[in-house]
Amino acid sequence: MVYATPLLAVALTLVSGFVLFWTMGFDPVKALHAFFIEPVSSVRGVGELAVKATPLVLCAIGLAIGFRANVWNIGAEGQLTLGAITGGGLALAFYGDGGWWLLPLMVVAGMAGGALWAAIPAFLRIRFNASEILTSLMLNYVALHLLNYLMHGPYRDPEGFAFPESRLFEADAVMPLLIAGTRVHLGSLFALLAVAGGWLLMARTFIGFQIKVIGLTPTAAGYAGFNQKKIIWLTLLLSGALAGLAGLGEVAGPIGQLNPTISPGYGYTAIIVAFLGRLHPVGILLAGFLMALSFIGGEAAQIALGLPKAITGVFQGMLLFFLLATDVLIRYRVRFGAKSIAGRAAA
Amino acid sequence: MGKTLMGLAAGAAVLALGVGAADAQDKMKVGFVYVGPVSDHGYSYQHDQGRLAVEKELGDKVTTTFVENVPEGADAERVIEQLASSGHKLIFTTSFGFMNPTLKVAQRHPDVKFEHATGYKRAANVATYSARFYEGRTVIGQIAGKMTKSNIIGYIGSFPIPEVVSGINAFTLAMREVNPKAEVRVVWVNSWYDPGKEAEAAKALIDQGADVISLHTDSPAAIQVAQERGLYVFGQSSDMTRFGPKAHLTAIVDDWRSYYVDRVKAALDGTWKSQDTWGGFKDHMLFLAPYNPALPADIVAAAEKTRTDIMEGKRHSFQGPVKDQSGKVVIPEGKSATDEQILKMDWYVEGVQGKVPK
Amino acid sequence: MSADLALLGPILAAMLAAATPLLFAALGELVVEKSGVLNLGVEGMMLVGAVCGFAVTAQTGSSTLGFAMGAAAGAGMAALFGVLTLLLLANQVATGLALTLFGVGLSALIGQGFVGIPIPDVPELNIPGLTDLPVIGKALFGQDALVYLGLAMVPAVHWFLYGSRRGLILRAVGENHAAAHALGYKVVRIRFLAVLFGGAMSGIAGAYLSLDYTPMWAEGITAGRGWIALALVVFATWKPGRVLLGAWLFGGVTIAQLHVQGLGIDIPSQLLSMLPYLATVVVLVLISRDVTRIRLNAPASLGKIFHPDA
Repeated sequence: MVYATPLLAVALTLVSGFVLFWTMGFDPVKALHAFFIEPVSSVRGVGELAVKATPLVLCAIGLAIGFRANVWNIGAEGQLTLGAITGGGLALAFYGDGGWWLLPLMVVAGMAGGALWAAIPAFLRIRFNASEILTSLMLNYVALHLLNYLMHGPYRDPEGFAFPESRLFEADAVMPLLIAGTRVHLGSLFALLAVAGGWLLMARTFIGFQIKVIGLTPTAAGYAGFNQKKIIWLTLLLSGALAGLAGLGEVAGPIGQLNPTISPGYGYTAIIVAFLGRLHPVGILLAGFLMALSFIGGEAAQIALGLPKAITGVFQGMLLFFLLATDVLIRYRVRFGAKSIAGRAAA
Repeated sequence: MGKTLMGLAAGAAVLALGVGAADAQDKMKVGFVYVGPVSDHGYSYQHDQGRLAVEKELGDKVTTTFVENVPEGADAERVIEQLASSGHKLIFTTSFGFMNPTLKVAQRHPDVKFEHATGYKRAANVATYSARFYEGRTVIGQIAGKMTKSNIIGYIGSFPIPEVVSGINAFTLAMREVNPKAEVRVVWVNSWYDPGKEAEAAKALIDQGADVISLHTDSPAAIQVAQERGLYVFGQSSDMTRFGPKAHLTAIVDDWRSYYVDRVKAALDGTWKSQDTWGGFKDHMLFLAPYNPALPADIVAAAEKTRTDIMEGKRHSFQGPVKDQSGKVVIPEGKSATDEQILKMDWYVEGVQGKVPK
Repeated sequence: MSADLALLGPILAAMLAAATPLLFAALGELVVEKSGVLNLGVEGMMLVGAVCGFAVTAQTGSSTLGFAMGAAAGAGMAALFGVLTLLLLANQVATGLALTLFGVGLSALIGQGFVGIPIPDVPELNIPGLTDLPVIGKALFGQDALVYLGLAMVPAVHWFLYGSRRGLILRAVGENHAAAHALGYKVVRIRFLAVLFGGAMSGIAGAYLSLDYTPMWAEGITAGRGWIALALVVFATWKPGRVLLGAWLFGGVTIAQLHVQGLGIDIPSQLLSMLPYLATVVVLVLISRDVTRIRLNAPASLGKIFHPDA
């Protein structure tokens, strides 16, 4: 059932997609082909999937660990932005003076920046009991405005005709490419490492065990002496660091500079990816690819058929609904006819 | 996982070839990349009008494709690359944030021609183009100076980039020429299109005493606010009269139609060259929407004279003497601002409140 | 100084209007969360409400019908959420997010034929004498109907939750759905109704934006207000009165920072734009220090999946 269900969901999506495109006046076969087949029909296409999925997976891994512990980090978008600001800022600071050490330093700085931004909601929650949902969400907007401010000011390329864009990063500050003919960069390797690391953490370490228990039964965790504060710090800092790494990967990778629009909402999409992947690292990897495919497929459909972007959003939503709805077949056994007896509810 | 993916890709490749082969065309494919939705009835909408003009005039020789709502980050390069790899021979990328992605793709596809709007980097196969919107600002600034009674003009800005700042300055210079007591107050909404914020900004400016509003954002929200409060406003990017028939005095309308048709023709007959085009009224890259019938005839006549003067080169939007806010003369009498000065403008002229956010 | 005082009146008036969509959406979501369900799809429901309300008004000329349609459309989206999460037991967080994605696309799709169409304005109250009072005149007596309705919803929701039997049952369901079920209350049905209410309120919030605040349709016209509304429910520790304060705080600071810019005060606009968010965090920190108060208000079953035989 675990494997059949996603296939069932995709099948349902294909059928309803077929109907949707047909009623909107587009060739349904061509549309579905553009959505699902075209993006994977070339090496470059698959590479683009990896490029798009990388920040999603990086963020989602960290978020999922937090969600397991009932720590609701909604601030991945802001933490990603801070990672780009700190890591990218180093690239600008050492412009012209770089060396082989610049990129590793940027990676560390990016992770530190993201972790720092996540430390704020962590501190506010532990010290003042302020909900991290709200604080991390609000900080997303603050981070965005901060980026904007920097891009119109100190980070701006002095020779750039006052455009709000930074200098293009030099070779020492750019993520090396992994596969020729694609944009796949080192960040994707980090994402795979994060998947492996996340799995190791949750499945094989004591801390992972603590996280799971705290999430499921906080009282029992308290009796067992698990330190909830430590876990809150750990999960928030970890997800912040991973999100920061994702942000750094974007600006040092495919974008190659800092500008005001480094993320089309990866931090929020990563939350969907985390749950689609059922908070499990391997699931997240697959879900990341699937989400990336739905975005890229939408672009391909626009180019190939003139399908309006709005329809791709509807299609994406449908895909997600079917995936989420068919989940019930995995978690419960469906029986028809038998009515539950109210008296049995005492069980 | 790897094997399945490979198998899937192999099978898909066969399918793709099968479907693709049927699409062989004689017509040249022209691509357009928009940063916003075509339906914004503002910036991207006007670019799309250019595309439609190309289809209308050259539809027998070209087919056009457009992709809308393309964010300016990592996605842009992918979209442009996809257009270049799928047979498009001329691609228009219509926002400055597409600059570096366009160049990266252009490097990989030397046989494809690219046109980048409002940028400054070119290559053998990348041309740049933009419109001298500030020329329009001069005309409406003059009208504003004459129509205001409170001597406070509200200006809704999007982002503090030179294009917007030079617009504010051109507007203010013309306004002060006919009304030395008037001042301009600027509010930045940090977005090109956010109706709610723009309406709030308009209300704030009006509450502070402004009775004429000018904007450099793309939605008609401010027009509606002005109409509601019985005041005046200038539309932006497209004619916005229907949102405020009494309030809307005129608008600066972007017009890419003749430029796009010219460039596509050049690509078709092989005369296309990389160049920088920065056209104003005289190159038909912008025009003014019809004047509000309630405008007094003498003001309209003066506005028209200013416009034709600019068009004929008799008047420059930044002709000296131009003083900055500290009183220092930046452009001396007898001279006009150079293109480079305008492109890099990040300071205000006398008459604008506040400082340029930096 | 007198110039600043003269601005106080317009700022208050604008603040009340700006807070209205936040108020509707947040109050709706508050009821939903009190019943134990977390619906993150507020932004999507607001957008669909906005576009459907606009479409109806553009074609019939009636704002009242538009608002009714907005509420119905929002409730329709919420029904979809309800079926997925309450009947098919899907994960609430993910489904809510998917609903937002779906709503953004669906609203853009429906709205394609309605961009650039102006509609008649919703009239504002004008009581001669009262409306012209200095400072508070426009703010209290010069608003349009929806602003007053939004204000009225605050005590209405409060009364429902804390002063009526049905509200008590709803809160019980939110606290401990197993116990409520054991007592014979129809958990799924109560939650479903709450979800529908939340959807209708979000729909009205969206319709207010497209019919009244800026009478037009544009893709993404809500500009993230749905997320702010969600945050406000948490900020308010699930108490209706606090939602009002949060909405005023957020709306007020937003308007005030625009005025600061207009007055030419030399603070970069991007830093000023951060103020509403920072203010919300600061105030939340100040009011969150009392741990017991938070624990007493968060519905204990929030987000947990209810299965009768589990």
